[in-house]
Amino acid sequence: MAELNANIPEGDLMEKWTKLKSSMPLVNPANKRSIEVIVVGSGLAGASAAATLAEMGYKVKCFCFQDSPRRAHSIAAQGGINAAKNYQNDGDSTYRLFYDTIKGGDYRAREANVYRLAEVSANIIDQCVAQGVPLAREYGGLLDNRSFGGTQVQRTFYAAGQTGQQLLLGAYSALERQIGMGKVEMFTRHEMMDVVVIDGKARGIIARNLITGELERHFGHAVLLGSGGYGNVFYLSTNAMGSNVTAAWKAHKKGAFFGNPCYTQIHPTCIPVSGDHQSKLTLMSESLRNDGRIWVPKKKGDDRSPIDIPEEERDYYLERRYPAFGNLVPRDVASRAAKERCDAGYGVGKSKLAVYLDFKANTERYGRIEANKHNIHNPDKETCMRLGREVIKEKYGNLFDMYKQITGEDPYELPMRIYPAVHYTMGGLWVDYNLMTTVPGLYAMGEANFSDHGANRLGASALMQGLADGYFVIPLTIGAYLSKEIATKAIPLDHPAFVEAEASVKSIVDKFFAIKGTKSVDHFHKKLGKIMWDKCGMARNAKGLTEAIAEIQQLRKDFWSDVRVPGEANEFNPELEKAGRVADFIELGELMCIDALNRNESCGGHFREEYQTEEGEALRDDENYAYVSAWEYKGDVTFNLHKEELKFENIKVAQRSYK
Amino acid sequence: MSTGNMNLTLKIWRQKSSKTNGKLVDYKLSEISPDMSFLEMFDVLNEELISKGDEPVVFDHDCREGICGACSMYINGRPHGPKEGVTTCQLHMRSFKDGDTIVVEPWRAKAFPVIKDLTVDRTAFDRVIAAGGFISVNTGNAQDANNLPIPKVQADSAFEAAACIGCGACVATCKNASAMLFVSAKISQLAQLPQGQPERYRRVQSMVAQMDAEGFGNCTNTGACEAECPKGISLENIARMNRDFLSSKFVSEESI
Repeated sequence: MAELNANIPEGDLMEKWTKLKSSMPLVNPANKRSIEVIVVGSGLAGASAAATLAEMGYKVKCFCFQDSPRRAHSIAAQGGINAAKNYQNDGDSTYRLFYDTIKGGDYRAREANVYRLAEVSANIIDQCVAQGVPLAREYGGLLDNRSFGGTQVQRTFYAAGQTGQQLLLGAYSALERQIGMGKVEMFTRHEMMDVVVIDGKARGIIARNLITGELERHFGHAVLLGSGGYGNVFYLSTNAMGSNVTAAWKAHKKGAFFGNPCYTQIHPTCIPVSGDHQSKLTLMSESLRNDGRIWVPKKKGDDRSPIDIPEEERDYYLERRYPAFGNLVPRDVASRAAKERCDAGYGVGKSKLAVYLDFKANTERYGRIEANKHNIHNPDKETCMRLGREVIKEKYGNLFDMYKQITGEDPYELPMRIYPAVHYTMGGLWVDYNLMTTVPGLYAMGEANFSDHGANRLGASALMQGLADGYFVIPLTIGAYLSKEIATKAIPLDHPAFVEAEASVKSIVDKFFAIKGTKSVDHFHKKLGKIMWDKCGMARNAKGLTEAIAEIQQLRKDFWSDVRVPGEANEFNPELEKAGRVADFIELGELMCIDALNRNESCGGHFREEYQTEEGEALRDDENYAYVSAWEYKGDVTFNLHKEELKFENIKVAQRSYK
Repeated sequence: MSTGNMNLTLKIWRQKSSKTNGKLVDYKLSEISPDMSFLEMFDVLNEELISKGDEPVVFDHDCREGICGACSMYINGRPHGPKEGVTTCQLHMRSFKDGDTIVVEPWRAKAFPVIKDLTVDRTAFDRVIAAGGFISVNTGNAQDANNLPIPKVQADSAFEAAACIGCGACVATCKNASAMLFVSAKISQLAQLPQGQPERYRRVQSMVAQMDAEGFGNCTNTGACEAECPKGISLENIARMNRDFLSSKFVSEESI
């Protein structure tokens, strides 16, 4: 098996990025004007990269399937963005953010990438504030911070429960500015259907205009994918309905290796499923674990209302099992602990697949502080609760409203009921240090790549990575490639590679309409989701994964012989869009199971039941599995494994402990 | 748990494309659960239409948690339906009664042409932002974020204006199809922050000019936009924008 070259710069960890930046080949301003870059996706990574590259002088084309770049799913991120600013004077530093991220990722991320991420994190906050992003502030006018899981410092910047929205609107405004100046050409309601590869290099894409159905050819000296993650392979997830793997999967089929596909993040605090009609799951931000305590009744099947269960009959199981981090353990640990309690019969609510997230203790505590501020001495409990609710409302008001709207229950009165749900995918296209995939000229950034979070992402780190990649990393690293492309003229769109790629896209579209089956696309998507959740979800084992692979293969056959796609190709046809995406999810689902079966260890979000410690914690096998799985597509849904060995030179690899 | 007991009559606007005429078409739905969201009720309808060999209803939606601003149905004469402070995707069927007739139309405004069924083209909003809804700062030009303290009250007020999701309900509900609430929210966010001062007057002029060019109507202070906005964007923003627009006329040309 071939060794992959991650192109990590030589030298001391702390100097790699600084040295590389100053020695990176550059493209002069005159040449930049004739170099074209395609950016697919307009979320935090895509929008920030497109805007920055245009500011630098490149000609940029940006594509998104939504009706506006402002609607990319980054918009839904709630809790915050990490940065090693140490504004709270609590001992934070670049190294500590780096360390927390590597440890949080269960020692399955690449050291050099993570250190660079921690280094540029502070610049992101500066940039966003300069753009007018209204991050939360203290009365002194300085920026406020809060805590997130897996850390013991306060380094999370936020804007109420809408941090992703505010950061995305910042990046969107930078992008729109470039669009207004004519330096970025924006293609909304366009879906990337294939990458065009000429002489081994990415040279463009085939896109479908979703309104007219027309297939379009677009040339680029380089192609950047910021197309997000693939959590919707589970059908039910916190992702948007349109979030999909298609761009990344088409790139994979054109030669880009897929890294660690089995690493998925199950977020511990989501609103539980209420019925079969459910189309998506809603997250309740991790920031709620700052002030919410998680518990289940000590007695099995205790049907009393939570407010009637006395303190001594409650099991605050996270505080019990992990006294050092308590309710703020990382997501994978919190999710598994919730599953463990529910599986053991202590779950609450109608479905018994839920635990309580309770704000009462902290509401009262805040109320007492407020009472003090208002010179109310010895306040009674009611006064404390009333004042405390105001504080809670200011911090999490929109989340509480959302919860009430969905469940019909008032979380100011009753504890929230929550359960883990699919949220984020750490796996993605394999990239080197420069964020280039195994196809020269094809880059992946943000959630679409695999690079920074190892086997588990820490809260508030996705926004950080998306913007780090887009604002500060790719605009520089791409110079190394483009500086050698200045002599390349725009390739005519009637080049055989463009013609062929378009023809193959058209043949797939035609095939969908030719099947004339009996079942809707959603029917197959739900079936795939159930297989994945049951057998490749929070807990996996060899038997289940083997079964899942066979079931998915059968599902693929059924899909291609019995799916019904109504309407026509040359019109606005969302069912056709879904069909293409689900076809790709089915193939990806199989690869995820293959990868999970290959990895005979537990790490982060990948929990193989056969490999656990006596206390039920993930048991890694560093001797045999300290590598990135990078899968090569070999045609006909078969894959070859390549390995990138992970070397830890600056961190001592240890059993992860949050006790 | 999947099925409920609600029976509904839907009158839905169907229109093949921007080039054809549309009409309201009746559909009956039964066994709808009150726990479903309004869009999940549409999923059930579409599933039925597909199995019958009919074309499903096309509508915009994405995050289904009230933040992306994609969903945009005009329900019983109100954008995002009868409940205050929610988008269509957060509207649940428990807000309706068994036996109800529900009329669903697209946003109606000259600047938002219908693409198909309930989907409209809102790219006019993007063009208004591109005209000036930003602070001109290239990547890498920023100073340390805490070098610029901003009073909390001011920052909070800017945030409230910035919470706009760009759904277009304000335009849809306005009898003049005015976009003033949307445009003023962005102007007001940036005008309240020190970072937004250098371009303050230039911004208001270019954004208002683009707003007019897109064919949005004028504001006659009816206040329907504020009442229907799912994010509670305040009418005060329009007052701020008007003030800035007027002031910009008195500022010397060179400073704009």
